This record gives sequence, C-alpha cells and structure tokens, in this order.
Amino acid sequence: MSTTNYIGKPTSRVDGPAKVTGTATYAAEYQVANMAYGYVVSSPIAKGKITKIHADEVLALPGVVQVFSHENVPSLAWFDRSYKDLVAPGGSPFRALHDAEIKFSQQPVALIVAENFELARYAASVLRIEYQQEDHETSLETQRAKGYEPGAGKTGFQPPPAPRGNPDKAWEEAPHRMEAEYVHGAQHHNPMELFTTTVEWRGEGKITAYDKTQGVYNVQQYLTKIFGLKKDDCRVVNEYMGGGFGAGLRPQYSAFLAVLAALELKRSVRLTLTREQMFSFGHRPHTLQYLKLAANADGTLAALQHHALHETSQFEDYTENVVNWSGMLYQCENVKLGYQIAKLDMYTPLDMRAPGAASGSIGLEIAMDEMAYAAGLDPLEFRLRNYAERDQNVDKPFSSKKLRDCYHQGAAKFGWDKRTQAPGSMRNGDGKLMGWGVGGGVWDATQQKAAAKASITADGKLTVSTATGENGTGTYTIMSQIAAETLGLPIEAVTFKLGDTDLPESPLQGGSWTAASVGSAVQSTCAALGEKIFKLAQKMDDSPLRDAKFEDVEFASGQLRLRADHSQAVVLRDVLQASGEAKLEADSSVMPNMVKQNGYSLHSHNVVFVEVTVDEDLGTVHVTRVLNAVAAGRILNLKTARSQVLGSVVWGIGMALMEETVMDHKFGRYMNHNFAEYHVPVNADIHDIDVLFVEEEDDIVNPLGVKGIGEVGMLGVAAAVANAVFHATGKRVRDLPVMIDKLL
Amino acid sequence: MPQHPTNSLANAAGVAAPPPTSPVQLTINGQQHTLQIAPWTTLLDALREYLHLTGTKKGCDHGQCGACTVLVDGKRINSCLSLAVMHEGDEITTIEGLGTPENLHPLQQAFVDHDAFQCGYCTPGQICSAQGLINEDRAHTEAEIREHMSGNVCRCGAYVGILNAVKEVVDKK
Repeated sequence: MSTTNYIGKPTSRVDGPAKVTGTATYAAEYQVANMAYGYVVSSPIAKGKITKIHADEVLALPGVVQVFSHENVPSLAWFDRSYKDLVAPGGSPFRALHDAEIKFSQQPVALIVAENFELARYAASVLRIEYQQEDHETSLETQRAKGYEPGAGKTGFQPPPAPRGNPDKAWEEAPHRMEAEYVHGAQHHNPMELFTTTVEWRGEGKITAYDKTQGVYNVQQYLTKIFGLKKDDCRVVNEYMGGGFGAGLRPQYSAFLAVLAALELKRSVRLTLTREQMFSFGHRPHTLQYLKLAANADGTLAALQHHALHETSQFEDYTENVVNWSGMLYQCENVKLGYQIAKLDMYTPLDMRAPGAASGSIGLEIAMDEMAYAAGLDPLEFRLRNYAERDQNVDKPFSSKKLRDCYHQGAAKFGWDKRTQAPGSMRNGDGKLMGWGVGGGVWDATQQKAAAKASITADGKLTVSTATGENGTGTYTIMSQIAAETLGLPIEAVTFKLGDTDLPESPLQGGSWTAASVGSAVQSTCAALGEKIFKLAQKMDDSPLRDAKFEDVEFASGQLRLRADHSQAVVLRDVLQASGEAKLEADSSVMPNMVKQNGYSLHSHNVVFVEVTVDEDLGTVHVTRVLNAVAAGRILNLKTARSQVLGSVVWGIGMALMEETVMDHKFGRYMNHNFAEYHVPVNADIHDIDVLFVEEEDDIVNPLGVKGIGEVGMLGVAAAVANAVFHATGKRVRDLPVMIDKLL
Repeated sequence: MPQHPTNSLANAAGVAAPPPTSPVQLTINGQQHTLQIAPWTTLLDALREYLHLTGTKKGCDHGQCGACTVLVDGKRINSCLSLAVMHEGDEITTIEGLGTPENLHPLQQAFVDHDAFQCGYCTPGQICSAQGLINEDRAHTEAEIREHMSGNVCRCGAYVGILNAVKEVVDKK
C-alpha cells in the first residue's frame, strides 16, 4: 500500500465526482412523496400595514391548497427567546407572518401552497394584498447623528477596546497626518443555490427538513422551539450546500414557512425562494468609516483613530467587529477605536464572509496607503516599519505570526521591488496605465467544541461522522484526509458523513473554525478508535506489539507498527478479522485547550499585492495580477485551501469594482436585486491570481495547528485594488466600488 | 410618498384560470419521456421537478447565472428561459448525459483535477457550457475561453480552475 500521509497534500475533492456529475444532492433535490410547492409573496412597501389579503381569489383556483398569512397562522411560541437562533444579534428576531405590520421591503407577507410549482408561482403573482403605507427611513447618511453603541448581544462580537495613549494629541503633533472617510455600499451574499427547504412529512407530527443551512443543529433548535416539536421529531439535513458565505448562518424564513405549511397541511412541502428574495434576509451593511492616522519622521505610526458606523434594522442590533483589527495589525501607542450602528427600516444585516474585517480592512488599508504617501514611504516599507510583535489590544503575544514572511516572500514573488512610487509612473506592455497596490489583514483563529463518532468494519472500511457542513470549503475532503492519516488507511476506505442532526453535534459552519474544531474532533475520535484496535492487536497470537505502549505505535499504510521498528507490524485488516468483532466504534468531543491558549492572541494574517491596468479614456479597470500571501498555520489540503483563497480574491475584486446593492430611498427598496444588476465577477473579470502559503507552525492554537482559511484571504483585497488604482491614476477613490464614473 | 402600482394581473372580476396540461414528449440523454404538463412549464422545471434530473440547477430563473445550462442539439441554452413544449423532437443533453461518477466525461475529470469548483452548484452548468463552447469551436486562447464562459457565474470564484480545466480539454481537441 502506498503512503497514507494525506494531511497537507493537494488531494482532489472526495466529493468531486458527485459534484461534477450532478449527483450531489442539494436541499431542493430530495424526492419525497405527495409533495406540495410553496411560493412566497413579498411586500412591495418598506413600512406600513397589511389591510386586506384577497386570499379567496387565488384559493378559488383548482390546485391551490392554501394561502398562509398573518390572518391564519396558528398560535406559535410567544416569547422572543424562542425565535433566537445561536447567532442572533441582540433585539427581537423577525417573525414571518406574525402580524399585519410591515418592517422592511420584501418582507414575506404570504405563502402560497399549491399542487405544483407553476401554479404556486402564478397564484403568488395574482394575489392581491392591500397596504397602508407609512413613511420609512432607509438612508444611513441621514442617520449619522443617531448612531449608538450596541450592547454585546451577539456571539463573537466584541466592543472596541478602550483607547490607549493620547491619540488626539499625538495626531495633532505628528509631522505627517491624514484623515478621510471611507464608504462602501450594502452587499449581498448571493450563493448560487437559492434558499430552499424540502420538508418531508413523516406522519404524526414528525418531519425531516432538508434545508439550505450552515448549521443543521441551529435550524433544529430554532424550529423545535417555535413549533413545540421534540428533537427526535424534527430532523434537519444538509449534505451539500450550494454556497453559504454567511447567508445560511441564521435559520431563514424559508425554513420557517415550509415547516409551518407542512405541519398545518400534514403534508410534504418544498419551498424555494427566488433570486430577488435572496436580497431580503441579510447583507453586509452599508458602512461609513472615518480614519485619522499620523506618522513620525521615522515612518512609525504616531496615532491611529478608526471609527465605523453601519446600519441595522429597527428590531435587531446587528454587530460585527469592524474596527478592532486596526488596534492589532500595526504597532501604535496612541489608538482610539469607535463603533456605532443606526436603525433603519430594512432587514437586519447578516454576517457575510469575513464580517467586519472585510469592511474594516477597506478603511484601514486605504488609509495606510494614504499615510505612506504622505510620509514619503513605499506602502510595503511603511507596513514593515510598523510591524506588530504583540497584540496591543489585549497585550498578549501572538501564538504565531509569520506576516513578515508573507511581506517578504510575497513581495519577492510579485516583483514589488520594480515598483516606482509616483502615481501614474508605470505602464504595461500595451502602454496602458498600470498600478501596483498592497493591502492585508488579520482574522481570528478560533476553535469551537465539536463531537464526532467513528466506526470501522472488519473489511477495513472506516466511517466518520459529525453534523458539520460542506458549502464548498472542502469539509468532506479534509476530514477524510485527517481520518485516513490518523488510522493509516487509504482515503478510498474512508466515508465521511455530515449535515444531519442524527449525527454528533458540530458548530455552525462559519468563522473559519471548521478545520480547527471539526478536524480536532475527527482526529481525536479516530485516535480513540485506534487505541481500541491497538488493544485487539496485542491480543493476536504472536503479536509483535504485545509489549508495546500505545505511544510507541503508529498507523501507516494499512498497518499498525512500532514507530522505532517498522518491521514489527500487523496489518490493520488482519487485526479486525482476528478479533472476531464485526465492527468497532468510538466517539469523542473536543473543546479548545483554554489553559494552553489563554496567554496568547490567536490569529491568521495575509498580505495581497495587486496589479491593475486602467484605460485612461474609458476609465475601465482590470485586475491583471494578484498575489495573496497567507499565514494561517498548517494547511491541510493545498488544493482546496488554495481554491478558498482564490475565491476570496475574486470576492475582494467584486467588492472593489462592482458589488453594491443600491437602495432606492423613495421606495425603501433595493433596486438591483438580481444577478443582471447586482454584478459579481465573471470569468472574464479574473486574470492571474497566485496564492502563497508561508510556513507557520503553531501548537498552541489547536493540536492540528490549523487556523482556518475561508476568510483571511479576503482581507485587504478590495483596499489593495483601490490602492493600485491610485498608483495607476493618482485618483484616490474612497467610496467603493470603484466604478468608471469615479475615475473620469 | 410614492405609491406602488397595484397588481395588474388580478382584478375584481377574478383571476384567470391556469392553462390546462397536455402531453409533451422530450428526448433527454437519448431517452424518451412523456410528461403531462402545462405549457408554462420551463425546460428547467420539467427536468428538475417532473423528471427528477436535478443535476441541472436553478440559480436565478432569469437567464442571468447559467446554472441551468443544458445542450439542445449540441447548443448550450439557459433551460430556465425556454419552455419544455418548445423542445419536442430536440436532442437534450444534461449533465447526467455527459458522464457518471464511475465514468467521468473528460471535462468532468478536468474539473476535478483542477479543483474548478467549490460548492459545486454552478458546476453542471459550467461543464455543459464548456461542452457547448467546444462544439462551437470558437474559443482557443485563454482570453477567448474566459469571455465565452462568462455567462456562467461561479460565486465561489473558481474561475482560475474553470479556465484551466476547459483549456486542458480544448487543447486536446
């Protein structure tokens, strides 16, 4: 048998063949008997009341089963806490069809259920609903004075640290200063798969919900609390998710409505939202950032002030960590960070890939570029002069930080030394203006509690399972790699199962913590199974391992052998067959080692180098070359990790050049709520992207030494593009996305 | 305050009845199917909801994302923008007709090798679109492939892999 060392290798996705042949099953693709179809009707007004619903007109259509609205929903859980999911922000969660009140445009106001999809859609299009409109407020600009500091209501949110030093005085007295406001509009996750729930009615009040979610346990606890179901009667499944990016962290109204209909009608129901409705349940908030930086004559930062304000709904205090990163990415003694939110008549924003940090790194990293120019320094040299050896926010050392290697190796690979500082001083081979920009960031390396179970059969087939998710991150693959390597099995002998509340609990798939959390649980569980196998191996006739301790043996290439003498080995399958056991099982639950972690700040870092060309006559910008250098601990799979960073760069380019959901304040409604007008990058927008992982060993962060890779790669990309545009043109755009009109 | 237009389709006189169903014959991946469907059924919904061929994906239902791309007589189309009744007599090929997990089509193998996807939801459409592009025989350079694959959105941003996978198969032709 060839090597069974898989960790770190570019193993192709084990779920690849299923995905490329269309046999991977997504939430809308489970076939259940006697299924009805749901279709949501959305409010055209942003604020007011429903005065009349002409349900009778569509109920008269043959094949329309029911029209659900606030007029006929049954009595459900009363208290807010029943509607709180695991990552709900502070406030009072939205309840679909709860009453006549309209709180945001595109609020779901009715659910049509019909015998087929076409009929449900038609009935939704002709259902007449009368509204009484009220004045709404959807402009953050007009609410600047109404910003307030939110409470710490949401898991993971940390209010900014207290100011340090004397940031106002230091700013006033420094030789080089800058201050500016940076703005970006709202953005929507837009995973390719539409939000869907297929609810299978299993009789007697029992259901299985095949739901698009990043956390089956989160959806289960939400549904059981609202509908008063027992956990055993409410199974939630998600084996494949067609993209999440945060959109599936909270249970969405599609799940609530589909389950409502199934329980009321005692029938299986499938509900799929439209692309337009994908703009109705959360977004990266429109954010205004103000930065004041000052530099000393030697190019060190004298002062750093960063304030952010973003929108939230009238009913929940959505929070994300926008400014905290600015207190830890660079060394600075005089720092003031501020963070406020303001209420608008819209739906609550929602964590979207690298929430907070993606926004904050726009402000900080463009400001750093401006400061470097004001101080007459190369922007990379300026960052090197302000390298933070400690996390000053919490006054702790980093468990590991190889950002300096990212800077040096990245710059060398990109060819940064050939950059000339003056804006407009470089041109490409075609004579077009060319600019090079740099940016970067820092992200949390977090581990959460996770459990797993494993079983191995006498034929040497291993099954490992836990209710984590696969939304493109490569979970099936990296968990199979860890399991195979831990027990020395070929990866083909491993089946990894996920996304089912019948399996042991794993955390929500988010925060870049899945590899660390679930990976540690898988490793621990397989090791526990290995110990059982070892004990059986010792009982074999003439076992060469009879006198060995478990620490002295290793699993490799289908064998169990002495570390010190590989010839002293038994074949794993022989052990299982000799034991007479048909199946061996183990389970375990792993928590982060707080004792070990407590003295350190745990973070991943990156730096991005970007080349753009700009057409002087047309103002068109092309991102022709990107190099993203990442320090994120151990990389479990070079192929899937690289893809995550490539995708992050694509997201950053979208953020920089095209993505913005534009609100029509007259109607309080997003105008471009479709793929034709909300532009995401397409193939022709993407050119050369290179990814570099620097070596970073870390035995503090978790036993695997991984920090997660799904979000850090996005940091600083949008800023680096904007900085490159400045370098090409001399035009400093502080209002993203950088569109043609801002350059002409 | 601007007033929203009221729904123009409905009126006090009542709602028009839905159209009746009729038999529709489709040839998909070489197999004949007869469906009893209303004429407003899209080819995409016929495939997914009536034939349970769910390899073809719905991403927008408006021809804006390409996830529903299938081949009709070798030409790539957005199946969400086409009604099933319009395709009687046509040869329809979906992702299920290109290869199976045990016997991958060269494009499917190239997509796996180049990690040309993450979540996999746009992937069947990307692969059908790439086959359509190869049939058109008009994309050979990287720039041409990028341009002619730009009707298929990939939100995971796997475009580098998609380009390399398609290029590899194009170059072998």
